[in-house]
Amino acid sequence: MMAFFTETTLGMGLVILGQCLLVLIPLLLALAFLMYADRKIWAAVMMRKGPNVVGAFGLLQSFADFLKYIVKEIVVPAGADKAVFFLAPMISFVLAVIAWAVIPFNDGWVVSDINVAILYVFAVSSLEVYGVIMGGWASNSKYPFLGSLRSAAQMISYEVSLGLIIIGVIISTGSMNFGDIVAAQDGSAGIFNWYWVAHFPMLFLFFISALAETNRPPFDLPEAESELVAGYQVEYSSTPFLLFMIGELMAVVLMCALVSLLFFGGWLSPIPGLPDGVLWMVLKMGLVFFAFSMVKAITPRYRYDQLMRIGWKVFLPMSLAWVVFVAFMAKFEVFGGLWARYAIGG
Amino acid sequence: MDYNRAAKYFLLMDFWQGFRLGFKHFFRPKVTLNYPHEKGPLSPRFRGEHALRRYPNGEERCIACKLCEAVCPAQAITIDAEPRDDGSRRTTRYDIDMTKCIYCGFCQEACPVDAIVEGPNFEFSTETREELYYDKDKLLANGDRWEAEIARNLEMDAPYR
Repeated sequence: MMAFFTETTLGMGLVILGQCLLVLIPLLLALAFLMYADRKIWAAVMMRKGPNVVGAFGLLQSFADFLKYIVKEIVVPAGADKAVFFLAPMISFVLAVIAWAVIPFNDGWVVSDINVAILYVFAVSSLEVYGVIMGGWASNSKYPFLGSLRSAAQMISYEVSLGLIIIGVIISTGSMNFGDIVAAQDGSAGIFNWYWVAHFPMLFLFFISALAETNRPPFDLPEAESELVAGYQVEYSSTPFLLFMIGELMAVVLMCALVSLLFFGGWLSPIPGLPDGVLWMVLKMGLVFFAFSMVKAITPRYRYDQLMRIGWKVFLPMSLAWVVFVAFMAKFEVFGGLWARYAIGG
Repeated sequence: MDYNRAAKYFLLMDFWQGFRLGFKHFFRPKVTLNYPHEKGPLSPRFRGEHALRRYPNGEERCIACKLCEAVCPAQAITIDAEPRDDGSRRTTRYDIDMTKCIYCGFCQEACPVDAIVEGPNFEFSTETREELYYDKDKLLANGDRWEAEIARNLEMDAPYR
C-alpha cells in the first residue's frame, strides 16, 4: 500500500493533492475568521462592537458574506474586455494561493520543499500586480484604471526594499529555504536567537513594506475610497470581487507567515525547553495579523507622494545599507557570528 | 537639520503613540446600540411620520383650513374640501407625499387644531414608492395608532411653547 503512494505517479499525485488540500482548507477557513477578527479589532479600537449578529458573537459573519457574494449578480461593464475582466480576479486568487506551496508550518510540513523558496514567494507575489492592473484596465472605466496604476507603482516600489531586506536574511542564513532559515534561528537563547535581534531595524521595514505590498492601510491608496471609490475593484461584483478580496487577504496572511518565518523563528518555541511546533507558528502569525489590523485602525492614509518618498528615499537606502552591513558582519563573523549563522552551524 | 524630529521619525514615535491610544480604546466599553433591539432616546419634539389626530369622541380634528398645505415648503400636502352633510367643513382628500416631505414640522406648527402632527415613528420605510403616498385613511390610521405617544409628547412640550 505504501509503495503505491511513494512509487507510482498516480499515488504521488494523490499525495500531493492531499497535501495541497491539507494546506488550503485550514487556510481558507482561517481566512474567514481572520476577516472577522480584522473587523472586530477595527471596531474595538473605534469603540464599536463590530459584527455580532450572525452566529455566536458574529463568528459566522464571513460565511454569511461569502454566501451573499456567491448569490449576487455579476455585472460586466459595457465595453469591458470580458476575457481579461474575468481572468484578473482568478489570477489574483490563484497567485495568492500558490505562494503557500513553499510555506512550512512546522519542521518539514511543507507541500514543496524547494531550495529557492523565498525567491519563489517573491516571484509569485510580484506577479500579483498583474491581477490588479488587468482588473483595472479591463473594467474600461477611469477610476479602476487610476487605482490599478497606483497599485502597480506602489507594489513594485516596495518590492524592491522587501527584496533587499530578504537578501540580508539570506546572507545570514546562507540558504533560501525556509526550513534552513528557521533552523538558523534555533539556539539556546530562545526568543533572542531569532533574526529580529540580528536584523532588528529590518523587522519594521519589512512590516511596513508588507503593508504597502498588500495594499493595506495606511497604504491602501489603490482603493482610497474617498477618491477612487474602491480602486481597481469598482466594477467588480459578486464572485469575482470575492476572489479579489480573498486574494488580497491571503496575501496579507502570507506576509504574516513571512514575518514570522524570517524574523520570529517560525515554529521555534520562544522559551528554551518548551517544545517547538505548529502552534507557535500559528500564534506568531496571529500576532502579526493583529499588528496588521491595529495599524489599519490607528493610522491615517498616506498621500501618494509620501508613500513614494518613503519607499524610494527612506526604505531603499536603509535596506541597501543594511545589506552591505550584514555582508560585512557575516564575512568577518562579528559578535560570534550573530549575522553568520551558516558559519556557526546553526 | 532637526535631529529631534528625525529621531522621532525613525523611531516611529507617532505610530507608537497612536498604537497606545488605539490599544487603550480597544478595552473601553463599547458605545454601539444594537439597533433593532436597542434604541436611542427620542425628544418629545421629534418630527417623524405624520398623523391626523381625532378628538376623544372620534371626530376628526382637521377642519380643512389648508394652512398646512399653504405653508408646506416642499408642497407635499394636497387637500380637497367640501361641506359635510351636517354642514361642517371637512376634507375629502388629504394626501401627503412622504417622498417630498422634508420633515420641517411647519404643518404641525401651522395647524390651529393640532390635527396634523409629526409623530415619534421613524420606522416606516417601504419597499415601493407608491406606499409612501399617504392618503387621509392612512394618516387617520396613524393618528389612531400613535395617539397615546403623540398626546404625551404634546403635553411634555407644551410648557416650552
